[in-house]
Amino acid sequence: MTHFDFEKPLVELEERIRALRAALGAEAEDAHIRELEIRAERLQREIYGHLEPWQKVQLSRHPARPYFLDYAGMLFEDFVELHGDRAFGDDAAIVAGFARFRGRHVAVVGHQKGRGTREKVARNFGMAHPEGYRKAMRVMQLASRFGRPIFTFIDTPGAYPGVGAEERGQSEAIGRSILEMSALEVPVIATVLGEGGSGGALALGVANRVLMFEFSTYSVITPEGCASILWRDGGMAPEAAEQLKLLSPDARRLNIVDEIIEEPLGGAHRAPERAAEALGEALLRHLVELEGMSRDELLRDRHAKFRAMGEFLE
Amino acid sequence: MGHMEKKKVTAVPGEKRALAGGIFCLCDGCGATLKTADFVRDFRVCSVCGHHHPLEATRWVELLLDPGSFVEHDATLRAADPLGFVDQKPYPKRVEAAIQKSGANDAILSGTGRIEGREVELVVFRFEFLGGSMGSVVGEKITRAAERARLARRPLIILSASGGARMQEGSLSLMQMAKTVSEIRLLREAGVPFISVLRNPTTGGVAASFAFLGDVNLAEPGALIGFAGPRVIEQTIREKLPEGFQRAEFLLEHGMLDQIVPRAEMRSRIALLLSHLLD
Repeated sequence: MTHFDFEKPLVELEERIRALRAALGAEAEDAHIRELEIRAERLQREIYGHLEPWQKVQLSRHPARPYFLDYAGMLFEDFVELHGDRAFGDDAAIVAGFARFRGRHVAVVGHQKGRGTREKVARNFGMAHPEGYRKAMRVMQLASRFGRPIFTFIDTPGAYPGVGAEERGQSEAIGRSILEMSALEVPVIATVLGEGGSGGALALGVANRVLMFEFSTYSVITPEGCASILWRDGGMAPEAAEQLKLLSPDARRLNIVDEIIEEPLGGAHRAPERAAEALGEALLRHLVELEGMSRDELLRDRHAKFRAMGEFLE
Repeated sequence: MGHMEKKKVTAVPGEKRALAGGIFCLCDGCGATLKTADFVRDFRVCSVCGHHHPLEATRWVELLLDPGSFVEHDATLRAADPLGFVDQKPYPKRVEAAIQKSGANDAILSGTGRIEGREVELVVFRFEFLGGSMGSVVGEKITRAAERARLARRPLIILSASGGARMQEGSLSLMQMAKTVSEIRLLREAGVPFISVLRNPTTGGVAASFAFLGDVNLAEPGALIGFAGPRVIEQTIREKLPEGFQRAEFLLEHGMLDQIVPRAEMRSRIALLLSHLLD
């Protein structure tokens, strides 16, 4: 498994434990192993309990972090993917379709980053083009017409800044997606799984409830981008990460998310099933609440939620 | 998103090339020597090559609205510092400096006025104020303008010129995209027109929210318009971008705009469009 520098002491210790176990046999009761395990647990708490914002940003991008389709596999049944924007193409950076969730039919739409070089490239590292957002809109509007609740899953460094994206109207696609989401007549719940990168994230984020995993981020710009503009030095990204207040407790305090979903110690990648379980529980709880609301109440609720965002002096 | 303050912004480029004590100035487009008085009278459009120089918000009001019809709203709204943001300067110091320099409290001017006799809600961005960036104040003022437009059934006209979301207000700036657009949805449903005018430059979170959601999208000649700034794209694709990429003419060709309208015709064109939609 890939790991970061700050995880290294823990990973090394865990390797020693594994090696010792292998040498002694899986069943062996050994005081030394037990002692190492206690140390590993303590180390885990120390490392993950005191992460700097920049380290948490790295955690939100951890290559082993569960992605949308990992959660989909653990939470949904009968998933059917729907492809294409009916205008230009099919963007694999966004996956959309219908599935069953705890007995209900729901639409699911999310960014997908991809694992391994080939899939990463195919999915453009989760950076969507206009056709991705247009596909998402198409499926969400379909769900709205058939009265199906919508779950969106956000995990993107940002919308792709490229020539084709500009030619095909990246700005218009994102703005339009925000507009169309604000008009959906069914419950919408968005969850930030990893990286909530700027407009490309918000294009899937106009929901009645916005949830956020503990070690995910939601930001107006990447720390690297912010650092290169304001400090004229991309190397200042750790400082920018601190200033941008992009972590989940910040987002909760600023009232841009409704709930933080706690992650297993060390992050979702260390126990994906437990993370999925917590996500499923939160989705169900919010969905049940929203199911009691009429079409007009849902529209008003979503409008009022975003209308209230912002802080200024008057 | 959030690409602002890349360079020091000069509000009136014609003036930095002032000659003979300001009696003459040079065009940024063709370098022609223009009489400053004529240049100002022409709303800072070069009489030789037609290059459109940046125009202050108050001059836009003069250009578009019937004389004496403008009533400003929400002028007292000022930026808070929700993140306690400090880069090379604390955010409140940057805001204070921008207020001193521009004489305005934030990056847009908004109010009610008449265009050829018809009442409208007008919003004009000030690019010279922190790159026209959208933070909570801009988001709130646009939302209120759209709300007033809906309640009074007055067309909404927004003239954008912005580097995008204001980084120093973090995710709250990002959310202004959803806040403004949510209000635009209500305006659309109420059947009140929204004319969006994209000026130089309109990028990032302003381009990717309401700016392309006009019932009609107009742009000024030569305006730089896009999601990502050209520098970011060049860094991503590691290639030089072709001449004219992301200029208004490029966007018109790609179907993103209804028309490119020279400054001198903007007032009559908007009035005619509103008449086609409403009379």
